[in-house]
Amino acid sequence: MSFKVIVDWDLCQDHGQCAFAAPEVFHIGDDGTMVVLVEEPDEALRSKVEDAADVCPVQAIRIQG
Amino acid sequence: MGGQRVLVVGAGLAGLRAAEGLRAHGYTGDITVVGDEAWAPYNRPPLSKEALHGDLAHEKLAFRVRSNAADVTWRHGVAATHADLAARLVRFDDGEVMGYDALVAATGVRARRLQIPGPPQTAAARRHVIRTLDDAVGLRAGLVPGAKVVVLGAGFIGCEVAATATTLGCEVHCVAIDPYPMVRPLGPELAAELQRRHEKHGVTFHLGVGVAEFVGDHHVTDVVLTDGTRLGTDVVVEALGSRCNDEWLDGNGLDLDDGVLTDTALRPVRDGAPVDGVAVVGDLARFPNLRFDDRALRVEHWSIPTDTGRRAGAVLAAYLAGDGYADAVAARWDVLPSFWSDQFDIRLQSYGMPGLADADGIRVLEGDLSDECVVGYHRGDELVGVVGVGMLRVVNGYRDRVGHPVVG
Ligand SMILES: Cc1cc2nc3c(=O)[nH]c(=O)nc-3n(C[C@H](O)[C@H](O)[C@H](O)COP(=O)(O)OP(=O)(O)OC[C@H]3O[C@@H](n4cnc5c(N)ncnc54)[C@H](O)[C@@H]3O)c2cc1C
Ligand code: SF4
Repeated sequence: MSFKVIVDWDLCQDHGQCAFAAPEVFHIGDDGTMVVLVEEPDEALRSKVEDAADVCPVQAIRIQG
Repeated sequence: MGGQRVLVVGAGLAGLRAAEGLRAHGYTGDITVVGDEAWAPYNRPPLSKEALHGDLAHEKLAFRVRSNAADVTWRHGVAATHADLAARLVRFDDGEVMGYDALVAATGVRARRLQIPGPPQTAAARRHVIRTLDDAVGLRAGLVPGAKVVVLGAGFIGCEVAATATTLGCEVHCVAIDPYPMVRPLGPELAAELQRRHEKHGVTFHLGVGVAEFVGDHHVTDVVLTDGTRLGTDVVVEALGSRCNDEWLDGNGLDLDDGVLTDTALRPVRDGAPVDGVAVVGDLARFPNLRFDDRALRVEHWSIPTDTGRRAGAVLAAYLAGDGYADAVAARWDVLPSFWSDQFDIRLQSYGMPGLADADGIRVLEGDLSDECVVGYHRGDELVGVVGVGMLRVVNGYRDRVGHPVVG
């Protein structure tokens, strides 16, 4: 089982808080912008990704499925 | 376990996170969240930033609710008027009285108003505050190009509103009793630098002065300062800090000096002893944060509702289950306060409690004050806070060095 991570790139301001909550899935690259490492993470990561979505100041992260 | 009820008073971020936290920790009984605003919980920081010159629609600002909390009962537009913690009852302004097995106090703060005679404290009289979506909608209507805007208070929210209004083409004056904008959390050097940047963008500051008078009958036409300066105005924004929404808890013997004093399990304290089955979360809570010391402080940062909501969920779920309560209460818990602010092209990111620093404990750690930098705030040898001006990746790297983390 997996689920889908959807980032609203119009909203995302590269705060990077998501990368602290779920480093397996969200990563801040050398240029300071955020990249999603795994678009459909394993179920085991759901709670961490939910934590990441919680702490995004602009609420740019959605979880589908 | 059926038949239990958790009552959450205050339908903001902290109330939402507490409800989700209860579910995450296995509580399956009823959760009812009652709030006095008409809206489901929404994100406040954009109200002084991007949303103020963009989209102020509730659906754009509303928080995603975790699927585990889909069955929570929400009641909007109803205010708690009195809680009786001994009888476990809360009275509401629609006449209803609700009992509970556990109570979460999440009523946050409201904007402080200047108590100076003048036109009424309403948007129609052009006297604005900015705490709620309705406040922001009322303010936005006045922020038209060329409008003369007087912002009272030069804290983070005042400076954000000043920046946003300037960007929208308004002529902005910012008035504060402090010697520099944002000086209390940031210290004089960084504050003076940020003042210069605001001035470069066209904001005029009046510092070290107060307000003597609001002139006008139906609406404010001029603001007179204590040094005699008279500022003609179309829009006044009072950004003078906050007052806690704690009146509904009066009469229960709690310490309500500045929000509600709690222990590290977020239980309110009465006569030195914690009240079981009650948790205080978010802006309203004055709690000891062992990352720094055991002094209880209130922290009005966006990160706190999530941290305290989760903690309250864990403690109350164990309390209601009658299982593991002592362990949940005793669990080591600390939080790293995190705060950001956007003003013009400046992104400030703060971790920790810079306000705890010694007066001579503030030093630039990286970069250059006149450009991008990271400033460190020290209490003795301890790094109690860092603030990044830009340099997001660098300041993020300091997170683990701030205070003394007690949980991994
Ligand atoms: C304009 C603005 C900009 C901000 N910008 C930032 C920022 O950039 N960075 C940052 O870290 N933080 C920022 N903050 C602070 C952050 O938004 C708050 O810390 C956070 O909203 C606190 O959440 P809360 O749930 O504790 O309180 P609130 O969000 O205030 O929720 C409390 C709710 O309870 C309701 N209520 C009050 N009394 C009663 C009653 N008697 N009965 C029922 N309901 C009641 C209130 O109306 C409100 O809906 C900003 C705040 C504002 C207002
Ligand atoms: S926390 Fe939000 S804004 Fe920041 S990088 Fe992650 S998605 Fe983007």
